[in-house]
Amino acid sequence: MMTQIPEARSTEELREKWMKPEVITGSEILLRSLVLEGVDTVFGYPGGAVLYIYDALYGFDDFKHVLTRHEQGAIHAADGYARASGKPGVCIATSGPGATNLVTGIATAYMDSVPLVVITGNVFSSLIGTDAFQEADITGITMPITKHSYLVRDVEDLPRIIHEAFHIASTGRKGPVLIDIPKDVSAAKTLFTPVTSVNLRGYNPRTVPNKLQLDKLVRAISEAERPIIIAGGGVIYSGAHEEMYEFVKRTEIPITTTLLGLGAFPSGDELWMGMPGMHGTFTANNAIQQCDLLINIGARFDDRVTGKLDGFAPKAKIVHIDIDPAEIGKNISPDIPIVGDVKTVLEMLIPEVGRSANADAWRTQIAQWKLDKPLRYNDDGKVLKPQWVIEMINDTTKGEAIVTTDVGQHQMWAAQYYKFNHPRSWVTSGGLGTMGFGFPSAIGAQMAKPERLVVSINGDGGMQMCSQELAICAIHNIPIKIVVINNEVLGMVRQWQNLIYGKRYSYTDLAGSPNFVKLAEAYGVKGLRATTKEEAREAWLEALETPGPVLVEFLVSKDENVYPMVTQGSTIDQMLMGDE
Amino acid sequence: MARNTISVLVNDQPGVLQRVSGLFGRRGFNIESITVGQSEETGLSRMVIVTLGDEEQLEQIEKQLYKLIDVIKVVDLSSRPMVARELALIKVKADPSERPEIMGVVETFRASVVDIGSTSMLVQVVGDTQKIDAMIELLKPYGIRELSRTGVTAMIRGNVQ
Repeated sequence: MMTQIPEARSTEELREKWMKPEVITGSEILLRSLVLEGVDTVFGYPGGAVLYIYDALYGFDDFKHVLTRHEQGAIHAADGYARASGKPGVCIATSGPGATNLVTGIATAYMDSVPLVVITGNVFSSLIGTDAFQEADITGITMPITKHSYLVRDVEDLPRIIHEAFHIASTGRKGPVLIDIPKDVSAAKTLFTPVTSVNLRGYNPRTVPNKLQLDKLVRAISEAERPIIIAGGGVIYSGAHEEMYEFVKRTEIPITTTLLGLGAFPSGDELWMGMPGMHGTFTANNAIQQCDLLINIGARFDDRVTGKLDGFAPKAKIVHIDIDPAEIGKNISPDIPIVGDVKTVLEMLIPEVGRSANADAWRTQIAQWKLDKPLRYNDDGKVLKPQWVIEMINDTTKGEAIVTTDVGQHQMWAAQYYKFNHPRSWVTSGGLGTMGFGFPSAIGAQMAKPERLVVSINGDGGMQMCSQELAICAIHNIPIKIVVINNEVLGMVRQWQNLIYGKRYSYTDLAGSPNFVKLAEAYGVKGLRATTKEEAREAWLEALETPGPVLVEFLVSKDENVYPMVTQGSTIDQMLMGDE
Repeated sequence: MARNTISVLVNDQPGVLQRVSGLFGRRGFNIESITVGQSEETGLSRMVIVTLGDEEQLEQIEKQLYKLIDVIKVVDLSSRPMVARELALIKVKADPSERPEIMGVVETFRASVVDIGSTSMLVQVVGDTQKIDAMIELLKPYGIRELSRTGVTAMIRGNVQ
């Protein structure tokens, strides 16, 4: 069975239709409000506490609703939708287990500052607190992992709460907002009047930076002999990639992009140094340790980037630009703190800065490092190497695909060997490191960007954590190309066991996993397998030429490690290069 | 490590205390005492939190608190001249023969006796933390049966708000 999800109508038409004040139920208020917020796709899973909401959804076609096969699939899809589009992702789940199945996805979005509006049902208000059937205190459970949350007590509050939720999720430092709606609230009727303004005294994100600090930065750039930029997800989230490019081109300061910053700057550029940190490039990590000016733009000095904090960038004057004041000084005390929206900051900086004229020798040094120590792996041609598979995918898609990944070795190889040129083309769980994210997030990304090629790169471990969503790909003919890099082990954990735990491979053997080709076929998705380079190229090209979803399994060597690697507790210039 | 007193003006919403105390817990900030009550404005409550930490930690606490949507204003009271007070109720063992002696302590501290039982007295004392600590020390030899402290509430001196 294949059903096409009907196209939603234009927002303007719908606005007119739904702005009309009318006495309707809480459920209808929810649906109308979502339309008025510009929502075109919702991922969800019904259940007892959201029956009124799903009843209102019956025959409602002003936005698409995608029925996933697990709430976790729904929220990761909403997350992928948000990362690919920049708009808040929306998902719906029922109370109790439905809501708790969202928790991992909420935490994933929170750690990576992804805007989500998460709707959960709850038991009748009169039953809250009685341990009723399928009751869970989801606002309490998710308090540490949401930007804000609401338990709706009165249907009158619903239009305001929904409007606030979208505002909070998508402004300032973005993040997930949860709205918990008791069943009686979704049934209660009231006069719906659309809310179009917000009045939140305690919420005023500062976007415009302090001019004095900017002046200090301008001076620092003109004086620096060894400046670098670390650009993070904030550049992409504020839509500042063009400004980023202009800033780098004007100043000629070498740039490294963090895992979430990949795509914030074109990877082919001579000033790009690759990714920093635990699996960063030799060039990026050494540049950080040697630089005299480090400009962090929209990254948060995560431990995977800094390595041992004491000893990070020891010679540098540190500049930290972030929309979230609490990030500044959290891990590293900067010399020049700049609170503001990255786009606004860069727009103000660009006319003020010129070429960093004292840094010519430094640029030569960096070019030399890039030449001497590029990313590399050994390939004797006997076994299929995962890095080669990623390079082949990169070459055949010319770096133009949206790539989503799961977590582990394949994620790092994809980050290293896929060469991104555009923002919002890389969907990966960086902060939380959520296995099971890669595949369902691709469904969301494809729904958000139907015109783009979406490639989902997974390991054999993570693929099994949300594989049930293959059903959605088949039913709606969502044409993502699903890659399973199968090494029959939990590769990243095994790598640590290999290097740090004396090759004691404790429970990392995944042999006996399903035949992924047959698994795909069981859901009605085409499956292909490759064990050699020839087969790999052939299968992959076939997948690209096939309309609709295809899963391609690449059987690769299990003994391959991700290099370079900085082990925990080391400074980031102490890298294992894999060729010792 | 310094003892810092901060005042947090919050929306009087269900769960707001949980949001604030949860933030302290998960970020590893310590809470020595926390008091909550009505503020001068309808719909807003004021929390006064006493916390131990260095300057950097205090800065993080303020910044993290501001991230909560229900937090309107955070003021570091201890950075300025302030008045800080708490109240303690102390039930002290007191046979009739011991009462005059205990009354002496109570009067010196300008505390008051608010209830008398056949073998106990209930003492109420208001003051800064040190004064209450001192009072407790002096009453200990008689035998403290029960102790209840409100935690500190505080305000900046003068016309400043």
